[in-house]
Amino acid sequence: MSDASLIDELPGELLMWVLIVSELLVFGAGLVAFMGVRLTDPAGFAEAQSYLYRTGAALNTAVLVSSGFLAAQALQWRRAANRQAARLALVGAAALGVVFLIIKGVEYAGKAAQGINFETHPFFMFYYLLTGFHAAHVVAGVGILLLVAWRDDPRNIEAGAQFWHMVDLVWVMLFPVVYLLG
Amino acid sequence: MKYQSQRIALAYFAVAMALFAVQVLGGLLAGWIYVAPNTLSELLPFNVVRMLHTNALIVWLITGFFGAAYFLIPEEAEREIHSEKIAYLQLAILVIGTLGVVVTYTFNLFEGHWLLGKEGREFIEQPKWVKAGIVVAALLFLYNVTMTVLQGKKTAITNILLLGLWGLALLFLFSFYNPENLALDKMFWWYIVHLWVEGVWELIMASILAYLMLKLTGVDREIVEKWLYVIVAAALFSGILGTGHHYYWIGTPGYWQWIGSIFSSLEVVPFFAMMAFAFVMVWKGRRDHPNKAALLWSLGCATLAFFGAGVWGFLHTLHGVNYYTHGTQITAAHGHLAFFGAYVALNLAIFSYAMPILKNRDPYNQVLNMASFWLMAGGMTFMTFVLTFAGTIQTHLQRVLGDYYMDVQDQLAIFYWMRFGSGLVFVIGALLFIYAIWMPRKEVVEPGPVEQDRLDKDPDHVAAEG
Repeated sequence: MSDASLIDELPGELLMWVLIVSELLVFGAGLVAFMGVRLTDPAGFAEAQSYLYRTGAALNTAVLVSSGFLAAQALQWRRAANRQAARLALVGAAALGVVFLIIKGVEYAGKAAQGINFETHPFFMFYYLLTGFHAAHVVAGVGILLLVAWRDDPRNIEAGAQFWHMVDLVWVMLFPVVYLLG
Repeated sequence: MKYQSQRIALAYFAVAMALFAVQVLGGLLAGWIYVAPNTLSELLPFNVVRMLHTNALIVWLITGFFGAAYFLIPEEAEREIHSEKIAYLQLAILVIGTLGVVVTYTFNLFEGHWLLGKEGREFIEQPKWVKAGIVVAALLFLYNVTMTVLQGKKTAITNILLLGLWGLALLFLFSFYNPENLALDKMFWWYIVHLWVEGVWELIMASILAYLMLKLTGVDREIVEKWLYVIVAAALFSGILGTGHHYYWIGTPGYWQWIGSIFSSLEVVPFFAMMAFAFVMVWKGRRDHPNKAALLWSLGCATLAFFGAGVWGFLHTLHGVNYYTHGTQITAAHGHLAFFGAYVALNLAIFSYAMPILKNRDPYNQVLNMASFWLMAGGMTFMTFVLTFAGTIQTHLQRVLGDYYMDVQDQLAIFYWMRFGSGLVFVIGALLFIYAIWMPRKEVVEPGPVEQDRLDKDPDHVAAEG
């Protein structure tokens, strides 16, 4: 069968690809729903969006992309048998993940202080659902990066980096749609 | 039969098929009450008939799963079941508990008693002593099969099967927790009802289907396992948060409408994968297994599960749609085809595969069994269409135009008559299946001209595995 050979050509774990595609479908559907509901109340959505902390989110984009770069480097270094550098890069990537979460936490705390929650406006319901669900993946990703830094088989690192790039990619889709789109 | 302890399955399958007969006859009676509402209204009220119809279903499906586990685990683990005695004790507890439920409900005994009385939550209405019995039986079962697997060979099929069966038993524990708050009651209720049929049961289904494909098509275990893992990953990914599609209107926060809509829409994926898996395995397989009936049921199961659970589930899973269709005959249409396709057909597939081996009766009657497949599949498909049309009209009249519930029911009478007819065909099919499995002793199936030609010319073509 031709599809079997295509699947065999995929780098990394097949199950990780299944997970990645599933995640992209979920976040994609969430963004489509967000934009669909936005059509019903453009003014309300624009008003609600003006409460967001865009600088923090832009900073977070830089943090997460740098972290992704480190995870990618880690695999290169590990394949070049440079285990020490690879481990350092993975721990560095995880640390940047934590930085992302701290900035995100500051953002959430600010919203809470303003009395903004899930039920304030449909915009905020999607905001919390999408960014919260993404943040949960960052938490998981930090754990996975540390796990593969410890169990540093190249295949493990590849799977960890695959997951981490997915988390990156999702953020890069969320950021413009939720924070910037006017 | 390679392992003596596989014969435990025979007793389980017998109980399962007896309850299957009770279930479909109860369904037929319930279908009749829809067209002649005063039937037995004093003696055996509709709510009790309905309870018997749904609970007999759940109990016989689970009994079938237990039997399937006792049948396939020895072959996979390559050793005898840890203890045959425990297995029979477990079955005895389940049978006594089931009879207890039936008697308690039919005669409404011990009303309001905390231990002996009925509890009234749909599907988990068993009196508390029966619930405790179910837990004991589940513990005995898990101990028995886990010991067998731990001491034997571990395969992906047994691992996934055990994961599913452990999940089934652990989730049942939520039936002991009944919060005062009705919204919380419903929330936890779905931990059992949803996370069973759209969660752990799918693992059981996928592993039994994988076992059947392995045996019937002869495809390499490695390929079967790869599919199995992908199916299981997709089932858990979509199914767990898919629970949200039950949280639209029970008092839970609004964000569940989006979580439920998005994740439950993906629940179609594992069912599609199972269908693709079954057909790809048959195309790739080089083995020509003589048990055509088991193959027909396996393919029928995967196909009807995709339509019943996947397509008919998606039909009303988005909250914008469900706002109108909730609890109409659309739900009944989905419920019937999903349960039949996914879990009834799966059980009948493993019965069809295992029973001839258990009774040492190869070759066996295939024609009657296959006829019963078409009667049941045809009857159920027709019923699904009828109920879908009824539900569409009901949704419009009742939910859009705002007509009174009972006035709308009057307008649906023609559909309820057709549903009764399709139910009758189904019951004939079910009884024929049971007859075909137990009664005929011999019917040798000779290879036809096409098959004979393949056998002669294709050296790769493997015939009739024993």
